[in-house]
Amino acid sequence: MKEFTYTIKDEIGIHARPAGNLVKLIKGYSSSVTIEKEGKPTINATALMKLMGLGVKCGDTVKFTVTGDDEEAAAKGIEEFMQANL
Amino acid sequence: MTVFKGKGVYGAIAIGKVSLFKRQAAEVRRVSVDDPKKEIERIEAAKQKAVEQLTAIHDKALKEVGEANAEIFEIHIMMLDDEDYNESIVSIIETQKVNAEYAVAVTSDNFAEMFASMDDAYMQARAADVKDISNRLIACLTDSGSSENSTDEMMIVCADDLAPSETVSLDKDRVLAFVTAFGSSNSHTAILARNMNIPAVIGLGEEFLSAVSDGELMIVDGHTGEVYISPDEETVKRFEEKQAEDSRKKQLLQELKGKENITLDGRKINIYANIGGVGGIGAVLANDAGGIGLFRSEFLYLESEDYPTEEQQFQAYKKVLESMAGKKVIIRTLDIGADKQIDYFGLEKEDNPALGFRAIRICLTRPEIFRTQLRALYRASAYGNLGIMFPMITSVSEVEKCLAMCDEVKKELTADGIRIGENTEVGIMIETPAAAVISDRLAPLVDFFSVGTNDLTQYTLACDRQNAKLEAFADTHHEAVLRLIEMSAKNAHANGAWIGICGELAADLTLTEQFIRMGIDELSVSPPFVLPLREKVRSISLNA
Repeated sequence: MKEFTYTIKDEIGIHARPAGNLVKLIKGYSSSVTIEKEGKPTINATALMKLMGLGVKCGDTVKFTVTGDDEEAAAKGIEEFMQANL
Repeated sequence: MTVFKGKGVYGAIAIGKVSLFKRQAAEVRRVSVDDPKKEIERIEAAKQKAVEQLTAIHDKALKEVGEANAEIFEIHIMMLDDEDYNESIVSIIETQKVNAEYAVAVTSDNFAEMFASMDDAYMQARAADVKDISNRLIACLTDSGSSENSTDEMMIVCADDLAPSETVSLDKDRVLAFVTAFGSSNSHTAILARNMNIPAVIGLGEEFLSAVSDGELMIVDGHTGEVYISPDEETVKRFEEKQAEDSRKKQLLQELKGKENITLDGRKINIYANIGGVGGIGAVLANDAGGIGLFRSEFLYLESEDYPTEEQQFQAYKKVLESMAGKKVIIRTLDIGADKQIDYFGLEKEDNPALGFRAIRICLTRPEIFRTQLRALYRASAYGNLGIMFPMITSVSEVEKCLAMCDEVKKELTADGIRIGENTEVGIMIETPAAAVISDRLAPLVDFFSVGTNDLTQYTLACDRQNAKLEAFADTHHEAVLRLIEMSAKNAHANGAWIGICGELAADLTLTEQFIRMGIDELSVSPPFVLPLREKVRSISLNA
């Protein structure tokens, strides 16, 4: 299991487009990935509508938990995606 | 005659008959079923059909309005595939033993409500997306295919609001204009209308819907946002004249083709065009531009999944140079930053991308990227009249580094027996106040300057271009900006260099005379502005 947190720097937060691209990226890995925003229930990171429904904004910190065979690569890939896009 | 006022999102006039947009919103009734399994099978089939439709719409949008605007339909497909959304539909069918249509409608309401209740205007707007995909799913279930209007007449499409998929699905050749009661200028529909070049007015208010009926005559003025229902003869005549004037103006400009850019008292100036890809060459030639004053090379990087190779770049540059047949082509080297993201560059998010790691700063830090582009440029230089231009320059040493790299590349190519052009000019953008202030030191190093007025204004006035609130402060005619341009022109000429302007200000006809008086040698504008600018230049008398 790999865990890491990321603080959103993008002004508008996790909107439809980045959420869709994030889900697409995560579906490419075999590991299961969850996202947690403080004060909200943990969700499966491939649940697009729930992810959009979290309303993650600039300055919010989210925690990713990655479990599975390719967790190392998945965690790295997700972190890079977040840094580049959010 | 009734007049409504909304917001014009694309400025043009349309006169024609109203076609009310009929949504195949089949009335959804709750029906008890004995065989929930069959309903679930129906849902699966409908989903497949809906995905096929959306894929087709996505492809159509890709062609008509570009990748960035087409992406929403890809997200719609993903939303249709959303686990929670599907689980909810299936669970309603199973637990309540109801028909699939009803389960979709209830699910749609629940999810739309979740978005509508969020304290974020953008997310609230996503409620419309959920409804859009759900209505599609219901239409696929009931098989009430879209009720295509069978007339071939051009119509003005009126609706409460149009979902993005509805806008793109309309037959563009039969739509004179879009008119909607609701919608914001940020909605995807408004953006799509602009990209499709169709006059559109939105936000006319609820009363508009009850005031309008099928087949009525209507005038849509996309400039002012006014809509006239059943206009009287006099108004129709007035707008027909306006329309005719628009096309007369177009006609008049056509007659300017082939004529010189010369003032009444004989001062000549070059008028070039700005383009952002090989696809723009047609417009440059059609509008009779004397050359390309700014060819943005970013598209090569944006359209690619990985760094474009030297060969890919060479082919693109060669094509532009050959198409322009000896006319000047100024290609600007890579100009990206954190605001123009390219995934494989791996640039970190920045708080202030305008003042960040961008353009020449990336090229000088990562010379392997820069070298590939320069090699491609110099190889292509053998095929035409090339100018190479460096963006975001602030210092003498940056220019010296760029020039040293150019010399290295030229030596390498020559040593390899590759032919390069003999008269390739090298220039820099003047888009930072620093570059303008030390233009006396920079001019001896280069062949030309090109002023990027958009950035020069943003940096000089400390006004973020992206911040709409600053519009009142970002005076594009500010004396400070104009003085910097004048100063750069003087220093360029004192050192045997020439100077052009390639920013938006170049197309501002109220400044043309002032620019010519400053000694500006070239103005580079987007292709549709070339002929209006030529007309302006030909009307100026410097001695008067």
